[in-house]
Amino acid sequence: MVNWIWLFFIVASFIAAALTGRMEALTEAAFEGAKSGVTVSLGLISVMVFWLGLMRIAEDGGLLSKLASLLQPVVRFLFPDVPKGHPALGYIMSNMSANILGLGNAATPMGIKAMQELQSLNPDKSTATPAMCTLLALNTSSITLVPTTLIAIRMTYSSAHPAEIVGTTLAATLIATAAAILADRWYRSRSGPPNWKDHSGKGNRSTTERPETSLTLTGGRAGPAASVDGGLTAGGGKGEAVV
Amino acid sequence: MIVFIPLYAAFRKVPVYETFLEGAKGGFDTAINIIPHLVGMMVAISMFRASGAMDMLSGLIRPLFDYFGVPSEVLPLGMLRPLTGAGSLAFTTELIKTYGPDSMIGRIASTIQGSTDTTLYVLTVYFGAVGIRRSRYALKVGLFSDLVGFVAAIIICLFVFG
Repeated sequence: MVNWIWLFFIVASFIAAALTGRMEALTEAAFEGAKSGVTVSLGLISVMVFWLGLMRIAEDGGLLSKLASLLQPVVRFLFPDVPKGHPALGYIMSNMSANILGLGNAATPMGIKAMQELQSLNPDKSTATPAMCTLLALNTSSITLVPTTLIAIRMTYSSAHPAEIVGTTLAATLIATAAAILADRWYRSRSGPPNWKDHSGKGNRSTTERPETSLTLTGGRAGPAASVDGGLTAGGGKGEAVV
Repeated sequence: MIVFIPLYAAFRKVPVYETFLEGAKGGFDTAINIIPHLVGMMVAISMFRASGAMDMLSGLIRPLFDYFGVPSEVLPLGMLRPLTGAGSLAFTTELIKTYGPDSMIGRIASTIQGSTDTTLYVLTVYFGAVGIRRSRYALKVGLFSDLVGFVAAIIICLFVFG
């Protein structure tokens, strides 16, 4: 679907530019877009490096597993196919908490880390698993408790009640998130788990090795580190194509 | 959080700085891996806006908004929001500046901007980082929830502030 949307953008832009005589602006916009793509990525480096460093400390210190076990019921409901005690759950939890608190900067690295952990459970490295889709759905709808940026902008333009949109935002975000979860569930039940087929295959290593019984994470180096590397190499090896 | 996490870990006898460096290295690689994905998306979106295709599309939907008495000024925002975070934030700011933060348009724009996220960006970054090429139904779910959030934001604002 992304392929089609991308193609649609390019072709529609070309046709529209031809009709409105904005061909020059089109080329300029393309390079402008490329530039901002790089700028945004480079801007992410500082945030990613810092937060992932901090999160590794949290992981080794056992904080992440604490968080995961605390919010276990919610996550188990949303991610039934992630094995209990898997590090992915910890990252998913931190990602959700950061989103809820409006810490967008902190949410992204943890969401990516969660994806990498989920990727370690994925037998088909180029196709998203249901769990990945759920995580994405949660992030695109992003429950927001306090929209700090918006309040700041409203204050700048001297609003009488800058925070009056907190209630409406919360209501709208809850509805959007509920819709995302429902839609995700619907697609999940409809499509089944198609890329779960090779259970004995290479990809499922982490699933089978991880003991189902351990409710709390060991916080040990071996478990998480192994799967992190697995996720990273998998991403680097196959992942050069456009999403 | 920045103080608490290292303190807690140090208490648990974790070599904090070494551990930090170990994790931080991964962040660099990930950010670099995302570049092609983001460039691809940003180019398409930037072209779409500059060519006027976006304006044409919103011109098609506008009559529907007028019919329900919804200020159609917020329509481009609903289309921009899933595509570009910076772009939609700029547009929201523009709306707030033009119509005032306490106008209905200002309130609706604020609520839309605050309640949904940049779906295409999130998808690009998250799936790009792990090399997922077939995103299955993830985009549909994301766009669907954006649409629901957009409609909900308008209805709730009209109801609460109307």
